[in-house]
Amino acid sequence: MSNISGNQMGGFGSLKEEAMTRLSKSSIGGFLARQGILVAFAFFIIGFTIANERFLDPDNIMGVVRSSAILGVMALGVTFVVISGNLDLSVGSMMSFSTIVVLDLHDKIGPTLAIPAMFAMTLCLGAIIGFLVGYLKLNSLIVTLGMLSAIHGLTLTYSGGKNMDISDKEGTWFGVFGQGDLLGIPVPILLFALLAAFLGMVLAKTPFGRKVYAVGGNGVAATFSGIPRARVVFTCYLMSALCVATAGLIQASRSLGSQNTVGQGLELEVLAAVILGGASLLGGSGTIFKTVIGVLILGFIQNGLLLVGLQFYVQYVVTWIIIILAVWLDIAAKRGKLWSQIA
Amino acid sequence: MEPGTLSTFLKRGAIWGFIVVELIFFTVAGEFLSLSDKAFMDLDNMLLLFKQSAPIGIIALGMTIVMINGNIDLSVGATFALSAVILLDCMTWPFFAGLGDWVIPVAWGLALLTGIALGAINGLIVWKTGVDAFIVTLGSMLGYRGLVFMYNGEQPTSHLNWTLVDFAEAQWLGLHTATWFLIVMTAAIWFLMNRTVHGRNAYAVGDNRDAAVNAGIRVGPHIMINFMIIGFLASLSAVVFYSESGSVNPNDGELYELWVITAVVLGGTKLTGGAGSILSTLGGVLAIQLLRKGLGHIGADTETVNLVIGCILIAVLFLDRQLNLKGKEELRV
Amino acid sequence: MTEQTPALRLEGIVKTFPGVRALDNVSFSVMPGEVHALMGENGAGKSTLMKVLGGIYQPEEGRIVVGEESVVMTSPLEAKSKGIVFIHQELSLAEELSVAENIYLGELPRKRFGLVDWDRLYAQTDEILQKLKVGFDARTRVGDLSIANQQMVEIARALTVDAKAVIFDEPTASLTDAEKVVLFDVIADLQSHGVGIIYISHRMEEIFKITDRISVLRDGQYRGTLTTAETNEDEVTQLMIGRKLDLRRNVSHHELGGVAIEVRNLSCGDLFHDVSFKVRRGEVVGFYGLVGAGRTEIAETLFGLREPSAGTILLDGEETVIHSPIDAIAKGISLVPEDRKGQGLVLGMNCRDNMTLPQIDDLKAGPFVAEGSEIAIFDQYRDRLDIRTPGWKQQVGNLSGGNQQKIVIGKWLSMHPNVLIVDEPTRGIDVGSKSEIHNLIRELAAQGYAVIVISSEMPEVLHVSDRIVAMYSGRIMCTFTSEEVTEDNLIQAISGITTDTAA
Repeated sequence: MSNISGNQMGGFGSLKEEAMTRLSKSSIGGFLARQGILVAFAFFIIGFTIANERFLDPDNIMGVVRSSAILGVMALGVTFVVISGNLDLSVGSMMSFSTIVVLDLHDKIGPTLAIPAMFAMTLCLGAIIGFLVGYLKLNSLIVTLGMLSAIHGLTLTYSGGKNMDISDKEGTWFGVFGQGDLLGIPVPILLFALLAAFLGMVLAKTPFGRKVYAVGGNGVAATFSGIPRARVVFTCYLMSALCVATAGLIQASRSLGSQNTVGQGLELEVLAAVILGGASLLGGSGTIFKTVIGVLILGFIQNGLLLVGLQFYVQYVVTWIIIILAVWLDIAAKRGKLWSQIA
Repeated sequence: MEPGTLSTFLKRGAIWGFIVVELIFFTVAGEFLSLSDKAFMDLDNMLLLFKQSAPIGIIALGMTIVMINGNIDLSVGATFALSAVILLDCMTWPFFAGLGDWVIPVAWGLALLTGIALGAINGLIVWKTGVDAFIVTLGSMLGYRGLVFMYNGEQPTSHLNWTLVDFAEAQWLGLHTATWFLIVMTAAIWFLMNRTVHGRNAYAVGDNRDAAVNAGIRVGPHIMINFMIIGFLASLSAVVFYSESGSVNPNDGELYELWVITAVVLGGTKLTGGAGSILSTLGGVLAIQLLRKGLGHIGADTETVNLVIGCILIAVLFLDRQLNLKGKEELRV
Repeated sequence: MTEQTPALRLEGIVKTFPGVRALDNVSFSVMPGEVHALMGENGAGKSTLMKVLGGIYQPEEGRIVVGEESVVMTSPLEAKSKGIVFIHQELSLAEELSVAENIYLGELPRKRFGLVDWDRLYAQTDEILQKLKVGFDARTRVGDLSIANQQMVEIARALTVDAKAVIFDEPTASLTDAEKVVLFDVIADLQSHGVGIIYISHRMEEIFKITDRISVLRDGQYRGTLTTAETNEDEVTQLMIGRKLDLRRNVSHHELGGVAIEVRNLSCGDLFHDVSFKVRRGEVVGFYGLVGAGRTEIAETLFGLREPSAGTILLDGEETVIHSPIDAIAKGISLVPEDRKGQGLVLGMNCRDNMTLPQIDDLKAGPFVAEGSEIAIFDQYRDRLDIRTPGWKQQVGNLSGGNQQKIVIGKWLSMHPNVLIVDEPTRGIDVGSKSEIHNLIRELAAQGYAVIVISSEMPEVLHVSDRIVAMYSGRIMCTFTSEEVTEDNLIQAISGITTDTAA
């Protein structure tokens, strides 16, 4: 804040009020800015449907959701972390870790024990990050960057740098999480939906969810209101680890074998989905529902581009443009001006 | 001594101290554990270390400027790859066929222009939209990578020009070409940051942006120029590296941004901007490379290097916080 | 003096914010070579006026004249180019850069190719620093300087410009006596060069020592200009506070209860020392003092945000240690913090969520938040405190300051605390809401709450308090009952002039 405007005076906030009132009056612009992501989504769906009638085919839609499930599950957890005002760049390498661990333990102690053991280990990693960011108040960007590297190293050390495979791929029921169907719905979609519903409820309806928004919206005010900020942040990272473990489970179960680097680079894609859903990196805003939309947009764009005959990598460019536009419109709406004030 | 001077001194010198500790540790441990007979502090080994530090090191110089400025650039890996593709591909363009070896400077020029242009796009978006640099470059990290793929699909782009390879493999005064580039760029960027108005303004903008604005520094163009510099350095890094290797995969340079940021943070540059040193960044780069080589030398699984670097990064952050704690009078928020 | 052209003249400046007329037709002028004090209570409009002058706010009416030229200030930079220079209370320095670089920020002398001309930079800087007689040189890193020396850097910056008018905003707040002498020399030097000086301060002693004239603002209105040599502290105080103040002194007519909170010899580092006081149920105790006197820090300590270095706190006669805000809340202490937007509210959340935040764990239906009870609580306190909002869904950031403050107060009242601490309850709030909040505080006392009010506004303290604790530089100077207190001895106590008045 500027040194002059830093002098305490009621008027400064009033300016913001003015801007906000002005914006809510210009309703079309305001609507576009607020719901821009849904508008863009609708636009894409319509466009792709016209271009290729297979796009809205239920099988196709199912396929898209299914292939988005791993990214989606991870994005759910990261949504908690981002709303609490932090970042998590370690989810990609943590997912590799979970995948490798569960595959390794599968042959050693059997799937029934391997799964809880893997969840416990992943949650431990989440707890470490939560402790460093929540209780020690270290910068989450650097901590999770360090953890990205450290967990990657841990995975490689664990696996000895080799790929991990289940020896008896035919004889195990472990594939059910990645390949199975329940009532005609693929299990990955089911897991994604259940987890989204559960975490959506936690975030929107429980006291804990309220605290997450408070801590991310204004950590100081939350502390002044008796909210245990450190514990809330810690729990958010646990949530994230829980989601990562689930994603690792789906991944491992789907392929029954994996490279060490299966989750590499996913951290930034996950973050892109969350931001696309409208969560602010400053914290305090975002919802699970919007994140799911963000994930689906990424999935549908990829699918739609493939269907109209473009390669998968075109989606990178499209995603880039969409992310920038989405965030730009959002902050333009808040400041009431399209262009920034920077000289 | 004024308060804070000691901790400042510790912080500034820390990375070099760390390097010395690494050298001693690996030399001594190597005596007992080494699988090879060669000493760790072998001259060739050290020369190679410098050479291998160059690609990350050159980008890290740019990242230091951008981070001192209070921003970040996650798109450097993709910029690196796209510049490499341009470099190698344009040497095969029929349009340039008549140039002979003169195609080399043209190719270099085009590759560097690519980097500068990509940086300028990032900078312009940050300036004009006011979207946080983290998000802007997160987006362009994907977008630029998409461009790399669009250029040549999933195929590698290859072209070997033997004149170029000879140049890249040459040694002068014992140092490899890549090392020279690292040294010259370090000197140049150090000069930029410490001797020019632009460099000093970069510190001011990162330290106290409102003060800089009030003092009449045009922050927007300033930020954009810095993004152009990091774009230039990312493409220079590609030019140096791919002149020798002659083949680029579309996934090359992935995760470079994370390595580069790790090196810069190890070098003590403040995440919030305003503080950082080019020489310490060089120290950070060398420390990481040394760790990588050293762990290999003592026969440790080279993969543990990631684990060690990650832990060191967090430890550095923790120590930094402890040194800066103001004691009991701090508000418990 | 009247024949001269003023260095700087303001004519009929009007600036309004939604619900507040922050500046109402303010005019005054500074002559070249004059030191002109600008005085007024907090919230009287001084800061807003300075922001108008600095180009941060645009006035709706009125004009600014520098010399003979009528100017429109659109940015701080433009103000500077017109020769209007600010010395801020809050520093605007880049800590990692050297003293010289800070002084010439944005205007570093250049050689060819954009190189910094270090020789010229250091030479020019050393020249200025010599004038200021400071003990550091041009190459020192600003982050290594003490706050007072950083302030000197800020002042040095003003000397680089061909200034027509220099505005000092509370410049002595962090200076030692020796440093003040240097500062006053600098001001005298500027004065002798024909620069007009606006000097904003609360410290009467300084004002009478160095200024030529005194202009007073109250409630955003210009209340007149006095010639320093022909006036006295009483007259200025009267002008600042207006006549309303002696009309309504408060005395509790209800019975006071037992001692709710007692503090014995409490200290916290350099922030405050050896502080002892008691607050009984049904009593309002006002803490009055200058900014930085340690009042807020005491509140923060009682609320578990700071760890005391010595002393004890007793709640209802029992010695206790308060570890954290959570602990404080559990023990019945509530704090309405000084910085409403930074500490009191989560601006992005709605009214209801803000109000029920501290008790959210207790408002459960099964695992979920019982939104019905939440709305009931919100409705109850909206009616009781007369909070004007379209509904609970309204984002708190969209409310006016007064209504925001009522949300914060409602948040704590709904917790039924034993001790309510209110820090600067009406800062930046319009007059109407102000008196509502004052009445509310009195009402709460009548209902048996023990209330501590911290304020920098004398009428407020006088109006709401049963007893007033005057603080100066981390210590309690005296405690007055509302019958015996006068503005004079209060002002003297908080300026550190006397220590031996009524105890």
